[in-house]
Amino acid sequence: MALISLTNVSKTYPPAERGGERVIAIDDVTLDIEKGDVYGIIGYSGAGKSTLVRLINALERTTSGAIRIDGRDMTALPERDVRRIRLGIGMIFQQFNLFNSKTVFNNIAYPLRVAGADKKTIASRVDELLSFVGLTDKARNYPEQLSGGQKQRVGIARALAASPSILLADEATSALDPETTSEVLALLKRVNTEFGITIVVITHEMDVIQTLATKVAVMDAGRIVERGDVFEVFSNPQQASSKRFVSTVVQGVPSRDEVLTLRQRHRGRIVTFSFRDGDVSQSVVFAELARANVGFEIVYGGINDIQGQVFGHLTLALSGAATNQEEALTNIRSHITVTEAGL
Amino acid sequence: MNELIDLLPKLWQATFETLYIVGLSLLFGGVGGLVLGLGLYVTRRGNLYQNRVVFGVLNVLVNVFRPIPFIIFLAAAQPLARAVLGVGIGNNAIIFTLSLAATFGVSRIVEQNLLTVQPGVIEAARSVGAGRLRIVSTIVVPEALGPLILGYTFIFVALVDMSAVAGYIGGGGLGNFAIQYGYRQFNPAVTWAAVLIIIIIVQLVQFLGNWLARKALRR
Ligand SMILES: Nc1ncnc2c1ncn2[C@@H]1O[C@H](COP(=O)(O)OP(=O)(O)OP(=O)(O)O)[C@@H](O)[C@H]1O
Ligand SMILES: [Mg+2]
Repeated sequence: MALISLTNVSKTYPPAERGGERVIAIDDVTLDIEKGDVYGIIGYSGAGKSTLVRLINALERTTSGAIRIDGRDMTALPERDVRRIRLGIGMIFQQFNLFNSKTVFNNIAYPLRVAGADKKTIASRVDELLSFVGLTDKARNYPEQLSGGQKQRVGIARALAASPSILLADEATSALDPETTSEVLALLKRVNTEFGITIVVITHEMDVIQTLATKVAVMDAGRIVERGDVFEVFSNPQQASSKRFVSTVVQGVPSRDEVLTLRQRHRGRIVTFSFRDGDVSQSVVFAELARANVGFEIVYGGINDIQGQVFGHLTLALSGAATNQEEALTNIRSHITVTEAGL
Repeated sequence: MNELIDLLPKLWQATFETLYIVGLSLLFGGVGGLVLGLGLYVTRRGNLYQNRVVFGVLNVLVNVFRPIPFIIFLAAAQPLARAVLGVGIGNNAIIFTLSLAATFGVSRIVEQNLLTVQPGVIEAARSVGAGRLRIVSTIVVPEALGPLILGYTFIFVALVDMSAVAGYIGGGGLGNFAIQYGYRQFNPAVTWAAVLIIIIIVQLVQFLGNWLARKALRR
């Protein structure tokens, strides 16, 4: 049984103005997240990612459908019981949302006070967390005296205080610079591996998915359009909307504008070859081109590494007789995915 | 000048009365305003206890009573003061009326300052399972404490101003003193002595308020 299980979940908001359309933020989503997963949720702005995680800890109530946490249906529970379950679900935020009126110590202690822990327990647990996030010397500081990365580490410590089994992260690194992002991601990785905490991470950053996620779901207009193993989804997206999204975050695929620029410079066909670990090697492809007497120039490309598995894209401008080009491409298509640029 | 020296005991008495009137009015009006302001804040759409009806009623109530000029409010509330306290005149009647007027004024200041608390911070508290009452008392109010202190300081100064008309219903205090012994006796020195004390009180309180607010904001 999955740790987090959504069944036909929908969420609509009333229209912003009278007579307007209702906003369908989540549209009939069914999703299982297993214990120990780091589940990435990606998609364009407004796709419903934040709403989805806020439904998981019932900050927002569903319009229909069921959400089970460890088998218990949150949607059927009164607020009192939901609050107790929330103690077992930590959450971190893009803007950190620390309590500015409280010291770092008291920020982290807050969930423990809510849980009714005694002073001694609180003190030792907070110390433990401070050393886990590497901020022991900042216990007496206030949030405004911390850097962004330090703030998020306090956020993580606070979210973990009540020893939750689930951590929800909504764009937790989007406000941080690349270096700080990797520090925070490394910390989150430890949260998953050392404590076995299941993490649901919303992001639009490839970095986060690459270093952290084991599974990923792509959202579009309130629906999950594609889901599965990170490498599969990123190296070989099936749905049009996930293809579109993946191409914006993956290195090596020219954007629409870039294709137009390429078109101006190259008169012949422009094709993108997508390679994946386990597929044929690049040399086979180049051999095919040479055999058919097709000239080429590499005009765009990039290689991605997702937790040790590699995939990449090479865009080539072809030259030579049209029939030769067609022959070579037909052969190559039997080995790897070929996309004609701008089509 | 000699008259002023003769009047000194009365001046101290008036100073004490002003502090007494303003202090108690700030206490009652401050608590009343805090409750009403919290009510406005939590029942507002999208907030912890959102409730259109309650918010609507409170909002209209405040909008009706707050803009009434104090001297008119004082006269209009006299029957109410008499009904509640048994007397319609004197220091206690003015404390009653000032507290009532301050409640409406303070409520808006409280509401506005609480609205500056980031919704994300409240969401963070909700996400760890905190109940609504706990969130209001341990997060919302402390997060807005600095500006709240400045708001209360502002109200203290306004109350000193409003208390000056206490003489109108037979109350004491520096305003009454200045009118009775200064203005009516054509003795500007006496008037200005009262004004000077008011300025000193206001300065001291403003200083204290700024200091406390700075401590709360740690700036
Ligand atoms: N409280 C609300 N009231 C009305 N509509 C809302 C509310 N919250 C979200 N929505 C709408 O629901 C849809 C999904 O919003 P959501 O915040 O979940 O998107 P998102 O995928 O997290 O976007 P982003 O990447 O920009 O954070 C949007 O159309 C949004 O306008
Ligand atoms: Mg969002």
